[in-house]
Amino acid sequence: MTESRFTRIALRIGSALVLAFLYMPLLIIAIYAFNPSQIMDWPPRGFTLSWFGEAWGSRAVREAIINSLLAGLGATTLALVLGTLAALAVQRYAFFGRRTVSFLLVLPIALPGVVTGIALRTTFQTLGIDLGLFTIIVGHATFCVVIAYNNVLARLQRLPRTPEEASADLGADTFATFRRVTLPGMRTALISGGLLAFALSFDEIIVTNFTAGPGTQTIPLWLYFAMSRPTELPVVNVVAFVLVLVSIIPVYFAQRIGGETTVAR
Amino acid sequence: MADADVAAGTAPASRARRLATWLYRRPGVQPRLLLATPLGWLALAYIGSLVILLLNAFWDQNSLSGRVIPFSWTLESFERLVSNEVYRTIAVRTILVAAAVTLTDALLAFPIAYYMARIASPRTRRILVIAVVMPLWAAYIVKIYAWRTILQPGGFLEWMLAPLGITSPSRQEILPAYITLSYLWLPYMIIPIYTGLERLPSSLLEASADLGARAGMTFRRVVLPLVLPAVMAGSIFTFSLTLGDYLTVALVSNTKFIGNVIYDNSALGSLPLAAAYSLLPIVIMVAYLIVMRRLGAFESL
Repeated sequence: MTESRFTRIALRIGSALVLAFLYMPLLIIAIYAFNPSQIMDWPPRGFTLSWFGEAWGSRAVREAIINSLLAGLGATTLALVLGTLAALAVQRYAFFGRRTVSFLLVLPIALPGVVTGIALRTTFQTLGIDLGLFTIIVGHATFCVVIAYNNVLARLQRLPRTPEEASADLGADTFATFRRVTLPGMRTALISGGLLAFALSFDEIIVTNFTAGPGTQTIPLWLYFAMSRPTELPVVNVVAFVLVLVSIIPVYFAQRIGGETTVAR
Repeated sequence: MADADVAAGTAPASRARRLATWLYRRPGVQPRLLLATPLGWLALAYIGSLVILLLNAFWDQNSLSGRVIPFSWTLESFERLVSNEVYRTIAVRTILVAAAVTLTDALLAFPIAYYMARIASPRTRRILVIAVVMPLWAAYIVKIYAWRTILQPGGFLEWMLAPLGITSPSRQEILPAYITLSYLWLPYMIIPIYTGLERLPSSLLEASADLGARAGMTFRRVVLPLVLPAVMAGSIFTFSLTLGDYLTVALVSNTKFIGNVIYDNSALGSLPLAAAYSLLPIVIMVAYLIVMRRLGAFESL
């Protein structure tokens, strides 16, 4: 321990300030959710729960939530299947261009979202595909694959091969071994990868904004359009607050599943 | 258990069995079959889209309707980008803000990362890691909205600064975008620096002290050089995410970044221009990643 007493106190104060900075905006959103006024002046005067009822009754909000859940489920399912297949190929076989696979898969999240978004929309329009839930799912799956791939790959690298060899020796064919030995071994990796992919999809707006089309809104898109309409702001506050609360769920699950998956996106 | 499955050799099961045997005899086919779907998907949905976008950058437009004419080769979009000073100003502004956000986040991240890695008890450390990562899970759009309300006239910041006689930055300035972007990507900087500091052997710091170096000297000559790859790893996130952003900038300020020009042109203006301009962040990011890889930042990711 080489740090002086002064350094320790200074670091403690610095850390507290950074934490305050990180949580201040979330706290302010929580307070505004109970603001009776439609005007967003600080500090809010008064307290009300009425906007929660308003938000619950809003058809647009409900439809947006359903769209977000459907898009998340569709994209996660696609990403898990595609990511697992790619991870199996890369981990189990040596072939030419193996390192390129990882690079290709990471490209959709490495390049700016605005580029991915405009590229996908141009293609959909060129092919004459109507923008909607389907195109949202295609866009989300494209950048969720790498999440599933990374999780499954990390698990496969640590999974011993001997149970699979034993299974083959006992007469099980490739498919039976996969179903009965490999798949159970990957289960928690699939759960955590799926959770991460779902969270990423649920939060996504930059690509979604390009691929959604005028008729379909996810919950981030609804927030995006509603925040420029002053009369909607109280409902926006409530939805934003609920989304902050909901974000605790994946953190909780990530903690329970264990340290293997880094929670950072 | 497995025996029951095998012994029950019904017709479809035996067909699967024959397929398994066939695959077993041809080991080269298996990775190809496994890769066909994911890579086929990626090639169709993503690489194909990127190529179409890239082609659009070299295509002409009908001067009246604005419709893109496929396979009409021209460099006009690039000429417009180079000749018009606005696009250069916006590019320089975006890169400078991305650099400023990266520097700010590194400065903000260091104290808390150091505290977490070297001073906090193991229990506090675990809690702090969760506390730092948690805001990343809160929706991106919600965090932007929060800053929009904080920065607006009559908002939280103005209320805080009023006693000091300072006014809140106006939407015309770059400041709101810079503050919000620094906030958004801060956890991406804290985590790699924390990991880097945690890996730092205590013996090195003790040796430096034994050799007569004061705390400041040890920090400059021992800690900083060893943690620099971690800072660069964090900078990949802060820099690239700022470089590609358009939503934050549009919602908290009236300034334009590269992303805003691409977005505005893709919807209403010129798609070839948007396509040509989007090559800029791609090229910058690829160059940035190559430099970072040379400097060893990838080992700290």
